[in-house]
Amino acid sequence: MTFDSWLLALHLLSAAALVGAVTIFWILVIAVRRLDEPTKVQAFEPLMRIGSVAVIAGSLGTIVLGVWLAITLVAYHPWDGWVIAAIVLWAIAFEVGRRSGQEYDLAFSHARKSSDDGRTGSDAELAKLCRPRLGLIYHIIASAAILLILLDMIWKPGA
Amino acid sequence: MLASIRPDSWNFPLLLHVFGAMVLVGAVAAGVVAEFVSTRGEEAALLRRLAFRIFLLGALPAYIVMRVGAQWLYSKEFPDSSNDPTWIGIGFPIADAGGLVLFISIVLAGIASWKSKRRLGTAAGVLAAITLVGWLVAIWAMGAKP
Repeated sequence: MTFDSWLLALHLLSAAALVGAVTIFWILVIAVRRLDEPTKVQAFEPLMRIGSVAVIAGSLGTIVLGVWLAITLVAYHPWDGWVIAAIVLWAIAFEVGRRSGQEYDLAFSHARKSSDDGRTGSDAELAKLCRPRLGLIYHIIASAAILLILLDMIWKPGA
Repeated sequence: MLASIRPDSWNFPLLLHVFGAMVLVGAVAAGVVAEFVSTRGEEAALLRRLAFRIFLLGALPAYIVMRVGAQWLYSKEFPDSSNDPTWIGIGFPIADAGGLVLFISIVLAGIASWKSKRRLGTAAGVLAAITLVGWLVAIWAMGAKP
């Protein structure tokens, strides 16, 4: 096995972590959208944490190892159109995904605060925070950008 | 850089295979976390029900897409091969054994959710975690091609 094949394997595992994290966030988006009780929302916090760790590891792994591969592999260059397209899409997905996370984090913060204050019943404000319209739009855009990266990586237009 | 240059006709089955595998990893990871967190007691029923639904409605369809994509791609890349490379020899057994264990996990998670059985839920989580490790090894093999 060559060093490049190790890089490719780790790049692929990073991509799996990234797409896996997006899947976890979709599960969260769907699971919390009808919740309005702090303890129920808080039950989903471990999923949010795992998703956050995976998205950071996946995002950094894909970009660092991807650019590294584009430099070391003879067939590809960092200035190839499909590589630049992937980097631009990665940046869009990263920033929009971060903003989506901030929107949903408001629900978890509110649930924690309510629990600390001893309020455990239905909470209209929490119900609203669990369905952030902007957060959902950001998440759809981030997911679409990552799907486009996958298409770009497989078809490699112009390569 | 998911793969080197290949015939265009391989791309769609490869997309199905790769996308299915990556969604499968995320869905199984989410289900495992939900099963393990449910053992703490807080909102246990909610989390066990979520884990079962994730396995059934997320992981199982993703597994089918991944496995169909793999077979389709294999038929194109190795149409008459009787001597498969090592990475194929790693990937297929892990995928097939993982599918069986995933099915058992779904059944256990379903019973755990329906009958409120904490230990069955944990067993489903442990089995699914084992398949997750196996699939990560398979992803490594697909990339590194040892």
